[in-house]
Amino acid sequence: MTYHNPPTPPRKSATFDDASLAEIRRAAATGIYDIRGGGTKKKLPHFDDLSFLGASMSRYPLEGYRERCDTSVTLGTRFAAKPLHLKIPITIAGMSFGALSGPAKEALGRGATLSGTSTTTGDGGMTDEERGHSDLLVYQYLPSRYGMNPADLRRADAIEIVIGQGAKPGGGGMLLGQKISDRVAEMRTLPKGIDQRSACRHPDWTGPDDLEIKILELREITDWEKPIYIKVGGSRPYYDTALAVKAGADVVVVDGMQGGTAATQDVFIENVGQPTLACIRPAVKALQDLGMHRKVQLVVSGGIRNGADVAKALALGADAVSIGTAALVAIGDNDPKWEREYNALGTTAGAYDDWHEGKDPAGITTQDPELAARLDPVAAGRRLANYLKVMTLEAQTIARACGHNHLHNLEPEDLCALTIEAAAMAQVPLAGTDWIPGKTGL
Amino acid sequence: MPYFDLSETPLRELNRALHAIAPGANDREFEVANPRGSHAVAVGCQAPVAVTIKGSVGYYCAGMNSAATITVHGSAGPGVAENMMSGTVIVEGDASQYAGATGRGGLLVIKGNAASRCGISMKGIDIVVHGDIGHMSAFMGQSGHLVVLGNAGDALGDSLYEAKLFVRGTVKSLGADCVEKEMRPEHHAVLAALLEKAGVTGVETTEFKRYGSARKLYNFNIDNADAY
Repeated sequence: MTYHNPPTPPRKSATFDDASLAEIRRAAATGIYDIRGGGTKKKLPHFDDLSFLGASMSRYPLEGYRERCDTSVTLGTRFAAKPLHLKIPITIAGMSFGALSGPAKEALGRGATLSGTSTTTGDGGMTDEERGHSDLLVYQYLPSRYGMNPADLRRADAIEIVIGQGAKPGGGGMLLGQKISDRVAEMRTLPKGIDQRSACRHPDWTGPDDLEIKILELREITDWEKPIYIKVGGSRPYYDTALAVKAGADVVVVDGMQGGTAATQDVFIENVGQPTLACIRPAVKALQDLGMHRKVQLVVSGGIRNGADVAKALALGADAVSIGTAALVAIGDNDPKWEREYNALGTTAGAYDDWHEGKDPAGITTQDPELAARLDPVAAGRRLANYLKVMTLEAQTIARACGHNHLHNLEPEDLCALTIEAAAMAQVPLAGTDWIPGKTGL
Repeated sequence: MPYFDLSETPLRELNRALHAIAPGANDREFEVANPRGSHAVAVGCQAPVAVTIKGSVGYYCAGMNSAATITVHGSAGPGVAENMMSGTVIVEGDASQYAGATGRGGLLVIKGNAASRCGISMKGIDIVVHGDIGHMSAFMGQSGHLVVLGNAGDALGDSLYEAKLFVRGTVKSLGADCVEKEMRPEHHAVLAALLEKAGVTGVETTEFKRYGSARKLYNFNIDNADAY
């Protein structure tokens, strides 16, 4: 008797899925790792896995639209003579001129200014256009020191010492030759057209003891006026925050692995760092253990998309959040109106991440003058301001529903988690229980 | 002459006074006594004044200097003249690591030895070291000149861009993408001018070798992966 194997439908491997297979073929064909922009594309525990409890018998809600819910925040109250007073607790993250076009940087400045918040420079220095269109501009002090000069340090409103970023904690920057235009090359003192490498660690200090002295130098040069932030990637948030405080920071910025980058290796983006959700409570605990919560402000970034995310980050103890990817989307990045051109580049709106190639149809992540001219910085700035306004209104809506007259009055007790992972990371109870994984005696 | 005794006067007062110098001010020579290894001495100067420091200093002395001439009559800790924009900084003794790091202009003269990472990420500064320099010096050096009358340590000029390196003595090893290059007449001229500016006498430019970037790492090539 002959055995006939009955036909079965084709089944693809969950381990060797289409993306994994495609990457193996791409690596075999090219001999180089994949480089891209943006943050991790993995599904990770995130703010969506939390829910607010809202008012009930024991909590009294505020009237929506009628009762005031303050959104202001002051950053840099510890040592700086001139702290930053923001109308909203949402700032624009550091993104360089070089990675972004001039009009894109101008749009970010315009949008932030209309909203009463700050924007931030990036690797490569400060441009006059950016300074001119930004009421509050944070100047990043990076390992590469490209374009770094004391005059720009003095005309900044705050200084952000970048130790790492969430997309690539432990990694330096990268700006490939296609984007090293004459102006970018001049600002960075580099030959035109080379693949620019940014160092992964600072050239003139190592460790928190040295950093304390570096901060003293920066304060002395700027006459103790400017708030000094320290930005770390989400790797060891408890110790990094504690050491930042020890080193003398006014503000600590913790960037989780959903945070974006202009360009780095995909393997780095996807496999190094901790989710934003996992970073907040350890950072807050470090501040609390040192008696510095609300004295040294905590800014959280990495995957913030809407007012609910803002409210959740603040409820977990952050003083403010910072947005990068979402701000780019607001001004036009990955807009479906460019779909035909995305298709021509072999991608689709929403998935375009070859920002390093400088061919962005939206004119944002490019140094091509013709593409850059597509972005109207005035209109784009207005779009960003609209978006920031919506996020703020959404966060206020939630805060009022929880009975709070200031976004900073949101607290972990306002939250429950929808998954065990989120409960463990955010250290709030799993919905329907009083269980916080990892906490004993509850 | 304004005089600051750092054993009695806070550092803040010194730096505040240096930052407050008005254009055309008469007091253009400052003296600093008893620095006792203080950090951030005479940082962020913006005026063409002379600052004489009588003793050794800690980290970042003369950091981000613009226009001033700052002389340390002693040794300097890490990061002396870091990110200098212009002016002159002279260290009569030795300098610790990162001397002249990321400097964008001006002249740094170290009359003793400099430790590791001298001229790291230099962006236009000229550095003249009378003695030896330590390992990883001129790492990722982008522009400017590093002149060493003594010997250089390991991995000189690793990942070098366009900074030019001149060493009179031995080089223990060269870093990735750093190679010895021909000394052409224009290099002799540049070197002679730097030696003169740094007050070096009795030394011929023919005693030096020039090192620069092979430029093989400027654009990624998988065949150079071993060097990354």
